Amino acid sequence: MEPAMNRLLLRLVLFCAALACLAGPARAALDPALLAGFHGDFSSRVAAIEALGVAGGDDARRVLAALEEGNLGVVGERVLIVDGDTVRDAATGEAAEVAAADVDLITVNNRVRRALSAAHAALSLLAGERGERLAAAQNLSENASETLLPLFERALAAEKDEAVRGVLTRAMAKVNLGAANPAKRLQAAEALGESSDPAVKNMLAVLLQKNGDTWAEPDIAVRTAAEASIAAIDRRVATAQHIGTVFSGLSLGSILLLAALGLAITYGVMGIINMAHGELLMVGAYATFMVQTLFRSYLPGWLDWYVVAAIPVAFFAAALVGVAMERLVLRHLYGRPLESLLATWGLSLVLIQAMRIIVGPQNVELANPSWMSGGIELAAGVVLPWNRIVIIGFAVFVLVLIWLTMQKTRLGMFVRAVTQNRPMAGCVGVPTARVDTLAFAIGAGIAGLGGLALSQIANVGPAMGQGYIVDSFMVVVLGGVGQLAGAVWAALGLGIVSKFLEGWAGAVIAKILVLVFIIVFIQKRPQGIFALKGRFADS
Amino acid sequence: MRTPFTVRLIQSMPRGGWIALAIFALVAWVGIPFAHLALPESHPLHVSAYTVSLLGKILCYMVVAVAMDLIWGYAGILSLGHGLFFALGGYAFGMYLMRQIGRDGSYGADLPDFMVFLDWKELPWYWGGSDSFAWALFLAVAAPGLIAFVFGYFAFRSRIKGVYFSIITQALTYAAMLLFFRNETGFGGNNGFTDFKRILGYAITSPEMRTLLFALSALLLMACLVLGRYLVTSRFGRVLAAIRDAESRVMFIGYNPLHYKLFMWTLSAMLCGLAGALYVPQVGIINPSEMSPANSIEIAVWVAVGGRGTLVGAVLGAGIVNLLKSWATVSFPEYWPFFLGFLFIAVTLYLPDGVVGLWRKLRAGRKAAPVAEQPLHTPPPGSTTDPLPEGATAPQHAAPATAAKGAAA
Amino acid sequence: MSAVTELERPDAADRENWDGGANTGHPVRPGELDLSHNVILYLDDISVSFDGFRALNKLSLTIDAGELRCIIGPNGAGKTTMMDVITGKTRPDSGKAYFGQTLDLTRMTEPQIAHAGIGRKFQKPTIFEHHTAFENLELAMKADKRVRRSLFAALSDDERDRIAEVLRRIRLDREADRLAGLLSHGQKQWLEIGMLLMQEPRLLLLDEPVAGMTDDETERTAELFVSLAGSHSLMVVEHDMAFVEALGGKVTVLCEGSVLAEGDLATVQADPRVIEVYLGR
Repeated sequence: MEPAMNRLLLRLVLFCAALACLAGPARAALDPALLAGFHGDFSSRVAAIEALGVAGGDDARRVLAALEEGNLGVVGERVLIVDGDTVRDAATGEAAEVAAADVDLITVNNRVRRALSAAHAALSLLAGERGERLAAAQNLSENASETLLPLFERALAAEKDEAVRGVLTRAMAKVNLGAANPAKRLQAAEALGESSDPAVKNMLAVLLQKNGDTWAEPDIAVRTAAEASIAAIDRRVATAQHIGTVFSGLSLGSILLLAALGLAITYGVMGIINMAHGELLMVGAYATFMVQTLFRSYLPGWLDWYVVAAIPVAFFAAALVGVAMERLVLRHLYGRPLESLLATWGLSLVLIQAMRIIVGPQNVELANPSWMSGGIELAAGVVLPWNRIVIIGFAVFVLVLIWLTMQKTRLGMFVRAVTQNRPMAGCVGVPTARVDTLAFAIGAGIAGLGGLALSQIANVGPAMGQGYIVDSFMVVVLGGVGQLAGAVWAALGLGIVSKFLEGWAGAVIAKILVLVFIIVFIQKRPQGIFALKGRFADS
Repeated sequence: MRTPFTVRLIQSMPRGGWIALAIFALVAWVGIPFAHLALPESHPLHVSAYTVSLLGKILCYMVVAVAMDLIWGYAGILSLGHGLFFALGGYAFGMYLMRQIGRDGSYGADLPDFMVFLDWKELPWYWGGSDSFAWALFLAVAAPGLIAFVFGYFAFRSRIKGVYFSIITQALTYAAMLLFFRNETGFGGNNGFTDFKRILGYAITSPEMRTLLFALSALLLMACLVLGRYLVTSRFGRVLAAIRDAESRVMFIGYNPLHYKLFMWTLSAMLCGLAGALYVPQVGIINPSEMSPANSIEIAVWVAVGGRGTLVGAVLGAGIVNLLKSWATVSFPEYWPFFLGFLFIAVTLYLPDGVVGLWRKLRAGRKAAPVAEQPLHTPPPGSTTDPLPEGATAPQHAAPATAAKGAAA
Repeated sequence: MSAVTELERPDAADRENWDGGANTGHPVRPGELDLSHNVILYLDDISVSFDGFRALNKLSLTIDAGELRCIIGPNGAGKTTMMDVITGKTRPDSGKAYFGQTLDLTRMTEPQIAHAGIGRKFQKPTIFEHHTAFENLELAMKADKRVRRSLFAALSDDERDRIAEVLRRIRLDREADRLAGLLSHGQKQWLEIGMLLMQEPRLLLLDEPVAGMTDDETERTAELFVSLAGSHSLMVVEHDMAFVEALGGKVTVLCEGSVLAEGDLATVQADPRVIEVYLGR
């Protein structure tokens, strides 16, 4: 009991000293009372470090830095900083008449180190940049104790930033939950409802535990508030997770969209189902890989931007393969959709095997550029990765580009004309054969862009396209033939629905459910979401 | 007077067809069993165990090809999911084979090894009755039949046709493959079923059992051919072909295409299931990769290579491609996918009627022979996937030209 | 034989299936055509629109049993859409369509309607090109058209005679075994009419039946139709005024999806509104 009491007393003294420091004007030297703790055992030293952190100021910073470097020591009643051969008084900074060798240096163990980092946090909470302050606040709130309350109050008074204020308020509430005063506890329980951290929820849940007949929290009002706050946290966590799911659905949808857009164009224009479309994705991804390899060898300084340079490369590589396919094979299969299925499947076999032999059967490695790694943390455990955000943006960009091409250019007009009525378009002088080739090249190029996007989030290997072909066909089926808007809705819808189902039932069951959903959906709307109605929609 | 049914059954096949069947039966039931069982291995005419199993396997493939041709060649419905029905039949019979292993598995337990491995304590409910041979056979037909029926009912009812139907069947088999890959599904996951020991208590690897399975496969193939021939020459077959060519006309003269397609589709799936049930004991393994979309689409290529719309074409195609495959995957495995891919392309571009069509063309070149079966490389008029809208002012179909081409082939 | 007769027995459940859509609300002899008021086709206030375009606009029309009615009207008047509604291909947005007194056409499927006795000839001849002319007629023949029956169906001598008779009537008896796809355009038209006859319908819908026919063929077609009237009801859509005149029946003029005028040809041709539609603007 004795030592414990002593420590408590000591702490109190230190706090009074710290408070005195805060209250008074800035002074040149530290209050020696603040440093008194360093004479004691580890516990009192830790208390002293905390107190220094709370007190703040350049002098405190200096002392702490010295401690961290192992240069702080004691001789008798004095606390000294050893600086090479000179020895200074820690409180005043004046040189002391003590030999460096005589100073009994304070050893830094783990406990001290923890306390130091907290003290540093406390220091930067008051003086750092916004990011530093936020990190410091989060750091401190994890091990918050009553000793930090004054610091929090002081920081809160000066703090303008909402995020930091939020963290601070919650940290204070957390401390106050253990307060003896029920009103304080109530206030704290209410304030914690603002959090979206599952850890905070656990903390509140402790209050609601019942031990025999006694509640962990005796006051009913506090318990009610805690319950309400838990519900609020649950809601917020659920919302964050939903947003996360919608987001990953969107990013899957973007990939599906990039894969399906090309498919929709080629099917709309030529009535040919291109089973080798997935391999065009693969070509785009390998083109990206090639660009990355070139950048590594020749432009290592610009490596972060290889993805941007790969955009045209992936597009044209896939478009070139597409044109070759169209010229050599597909051209001869117009009006024979079922056979075109088989021939293009054959093409895909050839392309996959060719890539296996040329590059090798293993997956190749593509690195995200640094600006695409990391992400935005929405809530604890829910992160929106940058690469996926970029992909969504990229899909939007491609979509806009296609829309402009289709609506505003002569080629787009021709493509639309051929889609609607090939013989009539031919009759009025549209060069249908050239339009076919160009449309196919565009469709293939978009698939190449899809491959580029895919290479940033998935494995790149010769058979990578196979996994996406069924899904992108589903998008075309669902969206309706030749319907840009249909493809967009179908891709995003499928992406989001799959992700939600995945969270609920696992990936395989989700796939099966989506398939069943599509079959049921087609029962109702055989022509897809955006069906053309009327006698011309016959089929 | 109506002609009696049995007479019509016999008349449905020309005499040459029956003779060919008889020769085939003689070879499959007498020649090969004799050459395998009676002749010593050193004898030049001895047929090895490997060859018997290989031929038996190909016979099963031929049955699948006939089933595929009935639905694709005659009803114009291209299924890219027939591998699913084949595999389901195989799995159904495989369950029985797994139970026949008894305690001879590596864990010596009553349950199949993979269940012991997963720490399961009892058989899942759907394994009930799997120790009965009759139930296994029933399941091998009923499971694919039921799935085909339910799927077909919804698909045909909403008039899903052409490539849409094909793609959805592909998605179906793809989804099933993913499902069977899961260990929790209860069919051995990745590895599927293997290490079979017995059928009806007799060792599965004995020469007699091997020969019996081969002979049964031959019997199934012949039964399929007779049944198929009868179907396509009956009024049912004519309605089916009419649906392929002009579905709306068929509806307006009072047939319900849904029922016709559904019947053929389900029957086709059931035949595949039977073939799968005979296939599994002969190759000794069944795993989810049988359900991969690639396998199903390969079935379509067998039929295309042989010549769709002719039953003999389906049989020939399955034989040619699979013999080539078993030779090529050993001799130059690297290049087999190239070869298969180019085969897909070449057949659709240059041999729309397959080898049967080619043979006919060559024969017709020498003398103008009447055409027994109608080759089908012309798309049906008003093809459902025609990208052109079928409007009132749409130009006339080049029907006489295409039909003339068909007749001349 | 015994197997066949066993299968011939009509199955109660299946009959129900065929006629199920037809008997809603009319328990009197379900599935049977009821001509008690001497009206075979009754269209009332039918509207159909496609994406805002009104193909039929409150169309009302009745056809009496045994009548031969000609429908004329400019392009886009809604003639083909009207036939689509009658045969169940298009569902009207509003309005009633009855076959006889009891059969609600808007609730029946195409095969059910065909079975009830409405035959349709398309504007573009649609026949089974990979079947012979004979087989085309055989398929169209009035019979039990369920799968089970078709599996075991064999032609009786009577049925052969009937097909032969129709072949003579449409003058294709010498082409019986030719593939239908190889027939001339006019012959295809006739074959399609023959298929209609084989169906033994009560009401025939004929969409431009003489398009592409020679004058001689046209004349014979008119004779055939006139001879059919009385025992059948016919609705003929035609642009050829000489043909309409030869048929001689009542004429209905459709315009913009509704009936503009009705009466005999002379009256209709004298109607100023009709002249306005055809010649005006």
